[in-house]
Amino acid sequence: MADNGVNKGRRRLLLGATTVMGAVGAVGVAVPFVSSWQPSAKARAAGAPVQADVSKLEPGQRMTVEWRGRPVWIINRTPEMIERTEGFDPSRLADPNSEEPQQPNYVEGPLRSIRPEIGVLIGICTHLGCSPLFRPEPNAEGVGTDDWPGGFFCPCHGSRFDLAGRVFRNVPAPTNLEVPPYRFESDSVIVVGEDEEAA
Amino acid sequence: MKKQLFALLFALVPFTAMAAGGESVPYSMTPDLHDKASLQRGMQLFVNYCMGCHSLEHQRFARAAEDLDIPQDLIEENLIFSSGLAYNDQMHNAMSTDDAESWFGAPPPDLTLEARLRGTDWIYSYLLTFYRDPERPNGVNNEVFDLVAMPNVLEPLQGVQEKVCAETDRPVHGAELDPLTGKYQSCEVLQVTQPGSMEPDEFEEAVYDLTNFLAYVGEPSKLHAQVLGPKVLIFIFIFGVLAYLLKREYWRDIH
Amino acid sequence: MGNPNRVKAESGFMRWVDDRFPATQMWHEHLSKYYAPKNFNVWYFFGSLALLVLVNQILTGVWLTMSYNPSAEGAFASVEYIMRDVEWGWLIRYMHSTGASAFFVVVYLHMFRAMLYGSYKAPRELVWIFGMAIYLALMAEAFMGYLLPWGQMSYWGAQVIISLFSAIPGIGPDLAQWVRGDYLISGITLNRFFALHVVALPIVILALVVLHIIALHEVGSNNPDGIDIKAKKDETGKPVDGIPFHPYYTVKDIFGVAVFLFVFCAVLFYFPEGGGYFLEKPNFEPANPLKTPDHIAPVWYFTPFYAILRAITFSIFGLDAKFLGVVFMGAAIAVLFVLPWLDRSPVNSMRYKGWISKVMLLLFAISFVILGVLGVLPATDGRTVLAQVCTAIYFAFFLLMPFYTRMEKTKPVPERVTG
Repeated sequence: MADNGVNKGRRRLLLGATTVMGAVGAVGVAVPFVSSWQPSAKARAAGAPVQADVSKLEPGQRMTVEWRGRPVWIINRTPEMIERTEGFDPSRLADPNSEEPQQPNYVEGPLRSIRPEIGVLIGICTHLGCSPLFRPEPNAEGVGTDDWPGGFFCPCHGSRFDLAGRVFRNVPAPTNLEVPPYRFESDSVIVVGEDEEAA
Repeated sequence: MKKQLFALLFALVPFTAMAAGGESVPYSMTPDLHDKASLQRGMQLFVNYCMGCHSLEHQRFARAAEDLDIPQDLIEENLIFSSGLAYNDQMHNAMSTDDAESWFGAPPPDLTLEARLRGTDWIYSYLLTFYRDPERPNGVNNEVFDLVAMPNVLEPLQGVQEKVCAETDRPVHGAELDPLTGKYQSCEVLQVTQPGSMEPDEFEEAVYDLTNFLAYVGEPSKLHAQVLGPKVLIFIFIFGVLAYLLKREYWRDIH
Repeated sequence: MGNPNRVKAESGFMRWVDDRFPATQMWHEHLSKYYAPKNFNVWYFFGSLALLVLVNQILTGVWLTMSYNPSAEGAFASVEYIMRDVEWGWLIRYMHSTGASAFFVVVYLHMFRAMLYGSYKAPRELVWIFGMAIYLALMAEAFMGYLLPWGQMSYWGAQVIISLFSAIPGIGPDLAQWVRGDYLISGITLNRFFALHVVALPIVILALVVLHIIALHEVGSNNPDGIDIKAKKDETGKPVDGIPFHPYYTVKDIFGVAVFLFVFCAVLFYFPEGGGYFLEKPNFEPANPLKTPDHIAPVWYFTPFYAILRAITFSIFGLDAKFLGVVFMGAAIAVLFVLPWLDRSPVNSMRYKGWISKVMLLLFAISFVILGVLGVLPATDGRTVLAQVCTAIYFAFFLLMPFYTRMEKTKPVPERVTG
């Protein structure tokens, strides 16, 4: 086992090359194991976009569809509701201009929707995941404030949102309600879960 | 001692071939998973002729669409008949199990894994060898599946096939080869007596497509395996060469 | 700090560790200062390969468990779910199913190596016994794992094997029912087999592997010449025919791994059914307690013992053939455990044993393979006679060993290892 005649350079080169190949191989083996944690075809099928027909949704009413296991509210706002929401005092809201990325970039303005009258929101409070109650009338009972403009009230911890899903100041919920990706397939059919561009 | 090792390994080889064989069937086919057109036609045939009764309960429409290059809207418009089924769903049939039991005595089996269970040769032969038999309740019998309960749903395409006395090039069970003509004389020859909407060649091709599609459905991952396989093997080969050189380099120390 | 008798690093982080955990000591004992004979041949690859396959089985098994549904209603569909819907699930499943067969290939070759060079002989009896225990646990592991896909072969294979218990006089039928937990094999059986397959037996196997390796490193590796390399040491106390396991055998084994992986992946990507032997055709049909497949054969690695079971078609001493079959099958495995005490030869390696040993080992290997082949074929009269002959040879190899190993003339053993 004498050291004479050992080509150290060659040995180091081969060792390096084998190690690198081995490492690449290990990463290659890891790929299937890591990617098998992605949602499976079954999960993706269950999470596929859902269609909602809003032609029978009366002004002032709300309907709920399920998308990826969560309630998605579709509300039909009356002109009066729109006016009330747009004219609401922004200083009482935590994020009146929707700075936080809680909506796709194609919904803009205070109403946070593609069309002013149709609002689409994920009905999960951004605080701890309860589903808030729909209290559209001004000064409704049991929302913990006398000056209620109409909106959503979370019974779990008292968070309040307006009819565009914007969160009030001084409530536990940190951000506005989430707006899911959605698009209008026709005048009366909404596809929840698919972006407008994808159409 | 190396010789013994190889002897041991090679002793096992003939038996792998044997296990694959099983019972013999009159026709054989080799699936071609790269022939997308054939697979697409096969899927269309399956949906139109088989899916009334047989499901593919592990195969999703979406997966077939992706693997066979069929656009989603084409699938939704032409291949999904049941309103209860969506693009991402598995290919369930329309029939209830109870109805099926009362009509056929047993529910038609799910066919997702039929090609792996019975083999493609069997399916191909089965679909080609239905013949009229007035003694059977639904008027047909089958060469490879005696006393079959399934009606010959492909009869409109194939035409009426009957057992007749004739000469044929194909070996027939129990018939002697005529050394002069090189043909078999038998009264067990299957022949189309009333033409269907397809010529016999056309029909064989259609059955090929259908069988090919079932071969795909049995193991959709095979397409992926065939793409990945060579890359992995080449990688391991190069790794092996390097490892061998490394081993030889280190073992120079040993005298 | 710590145990002063340990080998420790001079300073730095490793010193800190060594004062609390014998890391450097273990590295020396098992790798860099573990002296293995320098004349290992191709037979010596299979130990490290078995370890590789074990890691593969555990890793892929854990991942399969994530998507598998251990219920009679959902098991079959969940396997197809893994094969189709889970990303890369097909690859992970085939790695596991091919790995099961690969495990037995390398283990059988590893065991044959031990028989060839007398690796079971003193002082390595415990190495052999731990190894046999691993083999036994592995058979249980494979058998229970085979039920999980809940195909026809899973079901009826398990039915046949569990029915073996019912052959035991007296308690048999109750024992079989106790194993099943039901009047037939059902979801209850599936659940307990699942628990044993994924939790209990892997723990047992891992523990046994540790014991196997500790025992081996205590006594040192045997070699193709079957001589003790520790008998000849140089002035520093190292065996003159020994070389450190690391780096010499680590680099050699890496090359062995590459060759193995090449074959393994070729099967994995192109013949995952192994010609119907790794994944049997009837298993593509869900389990049906009312319909037995036309032909039931166990997976190939059990077939030699299955053939022995079927070869016993006669009764002796009033014991019926069914019970005797089970006894012979059990004895065929049990006799392997006492192999170290059956071999009375003064030499270890087949290289220096006499011609009777060589012929007997060759006959044994041939009859084992023939039994394996017969086990997958339907029984006929002729085949049963052949199986009986092979069974007789199988047992003769072991039971006559104390006599022929002592009688025969051995060749002189060299002092130093040969090439």
